[in-house]
Amino acid sequence: MDYPALIEYALHLADNALILGHRNSEWTGRGPILEQDIALSNISLDLIGQARYLYQYAARLIGSDTTEDELAYGRDSWDFRNCLLVEQDNGDWGKTVLRQFLFSAWQYYFYERMQQGQDRELAAIAGKSLKEVTYHLRWSSEWVIRLGDGTEESHARMERALDQLWQFTGELFVPANYERALSAEGVAVDSEQLGPLWRGRVEEVFGEAQLSPPDAAWMQKGGKEGRHTEHLGYLLAEMQFLQRTYPGCEW
Amino acid sequence: MHEQQWPLWEVFIRSKQGLDHKHAGSLHAADAAMAIENARDVYTRRMEGVSIWVVESKYIHASNPDEASSLYDPANDKVYRHPTFYDLPDELKHM
Repeated sequence: MDYPALIEYALHLADNALILGHRNSEWTGRGPILEQDIALSNISLDLIGQARYLYQYAARLIGSDTTEDELAYGRDSWDFRNCLLVEQDNGDWGKTVLRQFLFSAWQYYFYERMQQGQDRELAAIAGKSLKEVTYHLRWSSEWVIRLGDGTEESHARMERALDQLWQFTGELFVPANYERALSAEGVAVDSEQLGPLWRGRVEEVFGEAQLSPPDAAWMQKGGKEGRHTEHLGYLLAEMQFLQRTYPGCEW
Repeated sequence: MHEQQWPLWEVFIRSKQGLDHKHAGSLHAADAAMAIENARDVYTRRMEGVSIWVVESKYIHASNPDEASSLYDPANDKVYRHPTFYDLPDELKHM
């Protein structure tokens, strides 16, 4: 077993969940309507819960009394292994739900595979999380269809959001070094194989939403290896503020 | 928030132990599908339910409180309407 790779892989998955969970939580108290404010906050809590399981696992693998909190609050931008998609700013409600949909569709097929993986801890986390993600995918699909096939205004906003976010989806299907090292052993999910499944689901929902994926071929990447967009630094500055200012503080 | 509000829906939840759906509260939603999802998010976060019904509030018709005395008081002295004068067989459950 390649331990450094497994740690990085667990951190990659944890960072994905934590960063998107935090992004969504920025809507708490500001949602377009009370019911949707609660819905998105629930999704935040699901994602942060998934992140905790994964950080706890990574902390155990690292050993020497490392804690989940140190991993979430003590690392810097270049240590984070999350994909670029989840750190993008919220924009309007349409951009937020589209980001959630693009990510949930990936996470759905990903967890489905990880359930059958060779690492029992990761497989158990996947099994538990898949139920939550099934709902996230259903909820976000509904919204993409509602807004994409809604008014002229909502359709235009969804197209704009799609133009902004699409370039960050390619990275999901390009394995990082640690993924490559682990997928030979059946521990990591083969991310290239998820591409067609993801694409099929996205096109199905886009069909109903009257949206079509942009043709532009250029895809950004680097997040999984610690090269991030400028958005992540601002997010971390806010999220980590308390632990940075009062290290180890509890309440 | 828009001046144009989504319609109001009444939510009924059946709990794990319960045999019937009980009124849980109300919420706003654009249509029935969204109302069920909203109900799931607003009213079943603490494991309250296993089944959800929603109905648009405008379809609920209520009795008039001013007529309460004529509607309900006449039943007060008609104890013979309760099925308390029968011997129930032991096999009979949920009575």
